Amino acid sequence: MAVRFVIAAQEMDITPLKQALHLAEAGGYCSFEGWVRNHNHGRVVQALEYQVYEALARKEGTAILEDAMARFEISAAAAMHRSGMLDIGDMAVWIGVSAPHREAAFQACRFIIDAIKERLPVWKKEHYIGGEAQWVACHHHG
Amino acid sequence: MRITLEYFAQLRDLAGCTREERDIDAISLGTLYEQVRRDYQFPLERDQLRVAVNDAFASWDEAPHEGDMVVFIPPVTGG
Repeated sequence: MAVRFVIAAQEMDITPLKQALHLAEAGGYCSFEGWVRNHNHGRVVQALEYQVYEALARKEGTAILEDAMARFEISAAAAMHRSGMLDIGDMAVWIGVSAPHREAAFQACRFIIDAIKERLPVWKKEHYIGGEAQWVACHHHG
Repeated sequence: MRITLEYFAQLRDLAGCTREERDIDAISLGTLYEQVRRDYQFPLERDQLRVAVNDAFASWDEAPHEGDMVVFIPPVTGG
């Protein structure tokens, strides 16, 4: 299968997703990892919570990967997005793209993370020191 | 007709529930949103949201049908 999109409720070993991209026609592989950072807009963040509309997110995530396949000269694409509570440093999103030539792999990887931020039905709640928490208002600042 | 509504993120907090069944007479998904918005004081305008029916994106002028599962989708913040 050329594309694979996963919503993971727990920390996930992405090795099998990466191995599936390692095709004979592919001359390289490009990946992006998004991590939970300890601050946003000057506030100290203690943890992040992702709420996911899973049925639609799986469809839309797969559609994003298929869009990338149609748009760029790539061999295969895969992505994982977390749901639930994450700690600082945890991997929130992973994207991998293999291609015969590197340029398309870089471009497709960028396209996929941008599309995930714009289209995937996922919402991020920041938890701050002291127990306060709030939904992040806009993905452009996320 | 009877439909199911499911809520996410800030809309879930304001509605105070994850999902509910409702008897509705709205002729479009847009009208339905305005009715639900009034009930729960949702701050978001319709054009800030998207809407999904039975786990697929839909348009606001579509009519709801008996048994539909409708989700109003606030601005997404994944990644």
